[in-house]
Amino acid sequence: MQPQLSSEPLVSYKLIKLHLIAAAIALLLSMAAGFLYSLQFLGYYPWPDSELLAPGHIRLIHTNLAAYGWLVNGFTAMTYYAVPRLTGSKVLSEKMGTLIFAVWQFALLASLGGFLFNRAQAIEWGETPTGFRPGTFDLNWIPVDLIVVIGAVLLITQFMVPIYKAREQKFYVTLWYFISGFVWLALTYLMGNIIPEWVLPGAAGAAVTGLFIHDLVGLYVTPMGWGLMYFFVPLILKKPIWSHSLSVIGFWGLAFFYPLGGVHHFLISPIPDYVEYGAITTTLAIEVVVTTVVVNFFMTLRGKWSALRTSFAIRWFYAGAVMYFITCFQCAFQVTWMFQKIIHFTDWVVSHAHMIMFGTFTFWLFGVIDWLWPRIVRREWHSTSLRAWHFWLSVTGIVVMFFDLMIAGLVHGFMQRELNHWTDIIDMSIPFWWVRTVSGAMLLGGLMCGLYNMYATAKSDVEYVEENHLIPASAD
Amino acid sequence: MERFYTLAFAAGIGCFAVAFVLSIAFPVMSLDNYKGMEYQSLEQLAETPSQSFVDLSTSYPEAFAEAFGEMNSESYGEALRRGRDIYIGQACWHCHSQYVRVVSNEEQRFGTPSTAQEYNNYLNQPHLWGTRRVGPDLAREYGKRTNDWHIAHLINPKNVVPLSVMPAYAYYFNEDGSPKRDGFSLVTYLQWIGSTYKGDPQP
Repeated sequence: MQPQLSSEPLVSYKLIKLHLIAAAIALLLSMAAGFLYSLQFLGYYPWPDSELLAPGHIRLIHTNLAAYGWLVNGFTAMTYYAVPRLTGSKVLSEKMGTLIFAVWQFALLASLGGFLFNRAQAIEWGETPTGFRPGTFDLNWIPVDLIVVIGAVLLITQFMVPIYKAREQKFYVTLWYFISGFVWLALTYLMGNIIPEWVLPGAAGAAVTGLFIHDLVGLYVTPMGWGLMYFFVPLILKKPIWSHSLSVIGFWGLAFFYPLGGVHHFLISPIPDYVEYGAITTTLAIEVVVTTVVVNFFMTLRGKWSALRTSFAIRWFYAGAVMYFITCFQCAFQVTWMFQKIIHFTDWVVSHAHMIMFGTFTFWLFGVIDWLWPRIVRREWHSTSLRAWHFWLSVTGIVVMFFDLMIAGLVHGFMQRELNHWTDIIDMSIPFWWVRTVSGAMLLGGLMCGLYNMYATAKSDVEYVEENHLIPASAD
Repeated sequence: MERFYTLAFAAGIGCFAVAFVLSIAFPVMSLDNYKGMEYQSLEQLAETPSQSFVDLSTSYPEAFAEAFGEMNSESYGEALRRGRDIYIGQACWHCHSQYVRVVSNEEQRFGTPSTAQEYNNYLNQPHLWGTRRVGPDLAREYGKRTNDWHIAHLINPKNVVPLSVMPAYAYYFNEDGSPKRDGFSLVTYLQWIGSTYKGDPQP
């Protein structure tokens, strides 16, 4: 890393703060939407007669705000902090940063409006409206996909320029993930939103949407997530990552195997079987790669276990890493045909998705917020006990939700195979759905503790002191 | 391995391209070789209005005339397209899948397993296979139920399935139970799903 010679600050705290606030609002709305949607299954949905606030619309808001509102804003904030520090130069332009922020939030609002007025696109995790009537070029809504593309191109330029300027150096692991992650984000978004809608119908299109769901998580969210882990964990622990070789294996393993697994979202379907075999095999390979990365991080923590007690950020990071491993371990089983027969189409899938999106990536961003927020607002955390409530409610809630829905999924799958009447399956699921709603309320309660704490910290008058935040150097 | 160009081009574009060829270009080529994979446009699909669409126009002549005017292939196509728009917009496809697998006794529950041929048309672009079944699969719904059943079910699912957790779509229907424009479209689309399957009759 080059020394900072100019007197101007390297990192733009204003942009980080903006994105973090937007991310927090999006997460609150998304989780509130998820909670409301879960009430539909219990018969207590608050607006049963409203077309605008129909449960289906609320569901789309839940997933899309989680992905494009919370994760993208959160990761962008994190990148604004990491990239200048790793490259030694500022991002391309602070003004453009404000523009990117505005474009992105506008795209989100336009999506929300689109969902309420039946304008969603039929691409899972990419329901953001095309703005065109399917298969035609008649404009019927704001073309959100186009705005997202513009926002993404600006975002990528913003970070790729400082990275490119530093191309003479050997990059650190975080930047490997960021560079490829940005390239993949552009390719994935274009592929998923254009090809099934305009080019390939039916089963061929399904191969694309399967790959899109998969790549969005695996080639944008995962690289950004691991990138931030490789950046913040050594920074906070004040020691290097345990093994460089394992970092290399982890990165190239992800780059090569991950995108090959896309079709596993539609197994035992009209997509040709040999493509399914390929997707299953490479998915099993990626689980091995994942294990090396997790091992690398836990070996890094060796000798610093007390950091789990002293640093909330480390606690979020490693709790997330454990859940990452659990999800990937689960995936190694669920990707096989033997498991697919039973668990596909059931709540098992929902459990899996929540564990990875909330239990891992949201936890990691909570860790980043925990470490970054006091440094941004220059105030000490308002309340340690609220931080603990946030953490423990989130952990308990997500673990309960994970096992609850996984079991519900298994029972659903077997009842489906044994030709039970469909409404018997619904009847069986309702107690599980109650537990799901309660665990969701725990997550929401935890989040409110966290958000209130952020607010109170920003308003507090206790100045931030860096010395209070150092991890003791001694080994335990 | 740690240089900008390697990361951007080998990992970024290269790995993505390999995956694209193996998991998209290959199946696309295989599927193209299947027999009976001719693409059907909306005009072709709507050439002959379905019996259920004809029935809707005679059962609710005034409401139908107000919504679509004449009963012909043009209004049928418009109803199919609009019905599908609602099916997508209301996220129906997130709780009802549209493909029957060869496993888990789905053949006995829903009907013949899905084939690639039946999805090669305008109304499956993008496909609506879905990944979750809160409600049952709909790929073999064609011809299984009457218009009346669908209307009663959409107005309030509990009318016909007392334990259902599906939301009610009463706002697509008038007070007297006759469909509005969106109601007609939704029923027409639901009655269409599975009609492109040309195999044996369904159980």
